[in-house]
Amino acid sequence: MSANNDEINNLLNQDYKQGFVTDIQADTFPVGLNEEVIAKLSKVKNEPEFMLEYRLKAFRHWQTMPSPDWAQLNIDPIDYQEISYYSAPKSKENAPKSLDDIDPEILDAYKKLGIPLAEQEQLAGIAVDAVFDSVSVATTFKHKLQEVGVIFCPISEAIREYPELIKQYLSSVVPVGDNFFAALNSAVFTDGSFVYIPKGVRCPMELSTYFRINASNTGQFERTLIIADEGSYVSYLEGCSAPQRDENQLHAAVVELVTLKEARIKYSTVQNWYPGDKEGKGGIYNFVTKRADCRGDNSKVSWTQVETGSAITWKYPSCVLTGDNSVGEFYSVAVTNNLQQADTGTKMIHIGKNTKSTIISKGISAGKAQNTYRGLVKVLKSAENARNYTQCDSLLVGDKCGAHTFPYVEVKQPTAQIEHEATTSKISEDQLFFCQQRGLSPEDAVSMIVNGFCKQVFKELPMEFAVEAQALLGLSLEGSVG
Amino acid sequence: MLKIKDLAVNVGAKEILKGLNLNVNAGEIHAIMGPNGAGKSTLSHVLSGKSGYDVTGGSITYNEKDLLEMPAEIRAREGVFLAFQYPVEIAGVTNVYLLKAALNAIRKHKGLSEVDAMDFLTLVKSKTKALDMDEKFLYRAVNEGFSGGEKKRNEILQMAMLEPQLCILDETDSGLDIDALRIVADGVNALRSENRAFIMVTHYQRLLDYIKPDFVHVLADGKIIKSGGAELALELEEKGYGWLEQA
Repeated sequence: MSANNDEINNLLNQDYKQGFVTDIQADTFPVGLNEEVIAKLSKVKNEPEFMLEYRLKAFRHWQTMPSPDWAQLNIDPIDYQEISYYSAPKSKENAPKSLDDIDPEILDAYKKLGIPLAEQEQLAGIAVDAVFDSVSVATTFKHKLQEVGVIFCPISEAIREYPELIKQYLSSVVPVGDNFFAALNSAVFTDGSFVYIPKGVRCPMELSTYFRINASNTGQFERTLIIADEGSYVSYLEGCSAPQRDENQLHAAVVELVTLKEARIKYSTVQNWYPGDKEGKGGIYNFVTKRADCRGDNSKVSWTQVETGSAITWKYPSCVLTGDNSVGEFYSVAVTNNLQQADTGTKMIHIGKNTKSTIISKGISAGKAQNTYRGLVKVLKSAENARNYTQCDSLLVGDKCGAHTFPYVEVKQPTAQIEHEATTSKISEDQLFFCQQRGLSPEDAVSMIVNGFCKQVFKELPMEFAVEAQALLGLSLEGSVG
Repeated sequence: MLKIKDLAVNVGAKEILKGLNLNVNAGEIHAIMGPNGAGKSTLSHVLSGKSGYDVTGGSITYNEKDLLEMPAEIRAREGVFLAFQYPVEIAGVTNVYLLKAALNAIRKHKGLSEVDAMDFLTLVKSKTKALDMDEKFLYRAVNEGFSGGEKKRNEILQMAMLEPQLCILDETDSGLDIDALRIVADGVNALRSENRAFIMVTHYQRLLDYIKPDFVHVLADGKIIKSGGAELALELEEKGYGWLEQA
């Protein structure tokens, strides 16, 4: 484990290392949003007619909605007419046919991020879909996955190739008008990943999507849809980063998961969007709607997230436990430093009988950051013997930061059992001194204490991600001691 | 090994140490005794580099180096070890992880490679056994849910693993029952060597029945007012500190 510590140490001395800009030719729409822009977007994407209708419906609905202000966040008003809604790397033809057609600059950008797209380098056995600004630039291992019937492709491709699946499942978990950002996303989403795991198939490798915002003044609106058919299983990883820019950038994603009978999805996120500088200049606004519908009996969804980036995070990965005996889990580490703000948590909606949910949330604040846990556990009348366990811990580093907890519980079924535990603690001077007295530097001491605090969540992450998450923690808490 | 000269220390505006002198050579055990508020804990903390103490005068030389110039972790890596009066708890961090991280930090400082995982395990198990501790302690979070005696034993385990040169025991006997005291004392005695020195800060003679000091010093009102051999402790036990302070 001490090798990890060394790694953290090295990382501690770096700035946001994913902050580079890739110099490529891009087709970017002028800023602004109206029905024409949406029509143009749909056309560029070569979408069937039903998608344009879907988008316009969402857009019209969005125009009637106010921007939400209930979160514990200070957000400067966003001018949605100042954002470009489409930016794609220019390629020789319409779309890259293979890795050879991809701009070497982009391949290089992903290489810098430690994500080799070239399949021969894929020793880790993880299939990757790489989304660069508004389009998916590469999906690896596609053919190998097809052999077992797994569909893993950009969602824009799925819209063209598998319209029936799209019609059946898109917005079946997050309705178009669900919330302000979901409506906006439905109107303008440009790409993202689509996954379909057929009946009884255990996906032979981890699937992963890596999102990167490169262009300036561009919003990234990605859409992910994962369908696990009866008795299937998939583990899906999501990573994100962006260049360091002075202005804020908008990221408004929607992720929908559907599990049918006895299916399981494990969804892990390491979110490391650019958080802005120490004065709070720049950074990504991360407004994400993630929801899973455990539609079938005995199905299960686990969300695991490590949130270290973004200037503002507004995100509540949720589970709708529709099927009897279905299980929802949420494991979260959210770190905020400097002037970062996070309002994150989960919703567990118990509908089916004997449904079970677990929430483990670890919030860490340092600098002047504000970290809020907001959770809802709702047990409907139909959910006999529903059970929930919530544990919500906050750790403060220094005395200028804040931690807030808003747990909501609504129970309409008397047989439900709900447990809630919450703690707030501080890294004390005594703990720091103790570790130093044993030879550890203050940075190593903080990272050790914080890692200890997050252990319950890290053990839920796939191996490679756990290492990355630990390293990121050290990085994002840089300079928070003393 | 350690030369403390005219050490003066304030906490806030208050003078705690007022010109303290002490020389400690390798192989020696020094007991520092004295009434409450004399500055015993301040001395332990200043030696180990805790913040919040304002050194207003004097010097501390450790192995010919200026100890006061070093941050706490460098002192630790150079072999200064403080066994805490009140060991802290660290949730989620296992004992074994802390020990390994600490050992490697010290080894790295000395220019040695990281300890091999198997060697480490063998070492830590043998030390644990020597202190009559259950191996399960290794995999529990640092001091979390430990009894007072277990915490103190854990401090000695860390000492045994890190093999410091200068060991400072801050009221290690406080809160220990007689059996735990004996185990802790045995642990310390096993670590005695001609290369290692001990400073034991204590209120009571009791600990000195088990760990025989070479020197006993009486610290009162920020200074060492009397020094002697082990027999001085017995005299103190009998007469208290009053007769010295009046002298």
